[in-house]
Amino acid sequence: MAKTEDEIMQGDLQGIPREKLMEMLRWMVLSRRFEEKTAEAYQTGKIGGFCHLYIGQEAVAVGAIAALREDDYVFTAYRDHAQALVRGVSPDAVMAELYGRIGGASRGAGGSMHIFDRDVNFMGGHGIVGTHLPLAGGVGYAIKYRGGDQVVLCFFGDSVVNGGPFHEAFNMVAKWELPVVYVVENNSYGMGTDIDRVAAVDDLFTRACAYQGKKAEQVDGMDVLAVYDATTRAVKRARETSRPTFIEARTYRYLGHSMSDPAHGTYRSREEVQAERKNDAINSLAERMEQAGLLTDEEYKAMDAGVIAEVERAAEFAEASPLPGRDEIYAHVYADEFRGGLDRRDAWR
Amino acid sequence: MALITYREALNRALREEMRRDDRVFIMGEEVGEYDGAYKVSKGLLDEFGEMRVRDTPIAENGFAGLGVGAAMAGLRPVVEFMTWNFALLAYDAIVNSAAKMRHMSGGQFTVPIVFRGPGGSAMQLAAQHSQVPDPWYANIPGLKVCTPATPADALGLLKSAIRDEDPVVFIEGEMLYNVKGEVPDGEHLVPIGVADIKRVGEDVTIVTHSKMVHVAMQAAEKLAAEHEVEAEVVDLRSLRPLDLDTYVASVMKTNRAVVLEEGWPVAGIGAQIVDDIQREAFDYLDAPVARVSGLDVPMHYARALEKIIVPDAEAVIRAVKHVCYLD
Repeated sequence: MAKTEDEIMQGDLQGIPREKLMEMLRWMVLSRRFEEKTAEAYQTGKIGGFCHLYIGQEAVAVGAIAALREDDYVFTAYRDHAQALVRGVSPDAVMAELYGRIGGASRGAGGSMHIFDRDVNFMGGHGIVGTHLPLAGGVGYAIKYRGGDQVVLCFFGDSVVNGGPFHEAFNMVAKWELPVVYVVENNSYGMGTDIDRVAAVDDLFTRACAYQGKKAEQVDGMDVLAVYDATTRAVKRARETSRPTFIEARTYRYLGHSMSDPAHGTYRSREEVQAERKNDAINSLAERMEQAGLLTDEEYKAMDAGVIAEVERAAEFAEASPLPGRDEIYAHVYADEFRGGLDRRDAWR
Repeated sequence: MALITYREALNRALREEMRRDDRVFIMGEEVGEYDGAYKVSKGLLDEFGEMRVRDTPIAENGFAGLGVGAAMAGLRPVVEFMTWNFALLAYDAIVNSAAKMRHMSGGQFTVPIVFRGPGGSAMQLAAQHSQVPDPWYANIPGLKVCTPATPADALGLLKSAIRDEDPVVFIEGEMLYNVKGEVPDGEHLVPIGVADIKRVGEDVTIVTHSKMVHVAMQAAEKLAAEHEVEAEVVDLRSLRPLDLDTYVASVMKTNRAVVLEEGWPVAGIGAQIVDDIQREAFDYLDAPVARVSGLDVPMHYARALEKIIVPDAEAVIRAVKHVCYLD
């Protein structure tokens, strides 16, 4: 027997209401469609530089950011398009940034790896592996300093756990009890190196056991609801007790490390990638919602079409946005006028 | 005016700014309970408590990065490095994060932070603890760099650095902490990027900074007494921005220049100053510009060799006599 509209609207999966499920599904589809468009624009030369796509990993950014409040903070590494979009940076501003235009989130100065948006506390887009973990701790310090109850969510890739900043940051946030939730997106590969070949411990979440007071858990990063659930608990703990948590989300990147390298090659096989694609996070949530009677095929297609149109509009916006002028070169290096002028030694330029 | 040490001047700057602005906090190794490895932060923990005077683990990149994040969120951290030699571990936080954030966010995030601590050689501290890091930071757009030589400049520049909206690298002279000098009563601010003529002279300009200002002054007094040469000593005070108007004008007046620095010669700050002088005052020069720098080697432990490696007044006098055609 078909459900009434009220029954559908009030339905849920694992206690998560339909409205929230639809929001997460839509964010994942937006992220996927946006990056498909990004790849196309990269191949036609509209986007340059290093460009790291997130396709396959959407459930991690979406599930985790969905657990935040509007005044919380988000940090991530250079694979940052999805986090920016889900945090609320407009698709227009993200795409224009990729195009290197003045309408971009960072006025065309940052590009793919350095998206920032102060209005939604999106703290970037950081390009050096591990460097932003202490920064996220610093925002946590500022929150505690002021007696606030916001939370910092900080994403990073699996190769970070072998480096110094990871341990330095974890030690300080644990010792000083700072409200930071760290999420490692373990896609098994640091560029083209299997994590097992360079990490002494396979289960990355166990690294946090060295830091007293830092809770850690491992979740299926291809299950957006599992990520949402774990992050919700971690955010609550941070907000109420100012204590950090470390979440390891096991996920998979479908494409190459960046647009410069293929999806499979010397370090992983085509078969492996194809097998992982069957476990797709978007399909999986859509199917579960359909089985629970919370979503019809028509609704999904309509939502998808709306997202595709939004992405097309973002590309049109980016295309139409002006290139930064020469005055932008010196505009944001310093807050004040640099005494003597930064351009004092640029004759013949 | 009060006669106080360079160390006391820095302590006063920190205390005054922490009282004035509750966003200012200090962090670093030994800054709290121990009162600072060089006692610069003496008494601050008692007055301001541990949230504002934070003892850190020995993890320079970690706590420097934590400071950058706190600054992005609106606080005004003063991060102390026990010495700038240890800050090499934090070069990533300073260069990749602090210096770049404003630019690469399109102007959205400023990083109002001060990184401070002693630099330069002291007494027989050997190769890893005697380095002059000044040009490593002066090279980086997005940073400002201060190198005070006197208590008054230490006080005024540190207060300006703490109030500045941009990241400031503040390099103190390890051998200057006990140097005494007159300091004005009341509020004393020295603008970043403005050089100071520490001695007026007509015959030659000596451009220098930090500890070498005192070496230049010694040389200048001896030159006046023994060779009838009046040297003008220009103390850069800041290495970024460099106040080229002041040293170029001085060279236009004296027509001769010696550029003195404690650090290594290749790509040292002196190389930039010589470039500025030749570009802007070529027609005023009566002799090629001379440079005096530390020798191009890692520092020796042996005192006899350390004294040779670090420039002294005699080396400056030889260089001045050379550009004055007196040798």
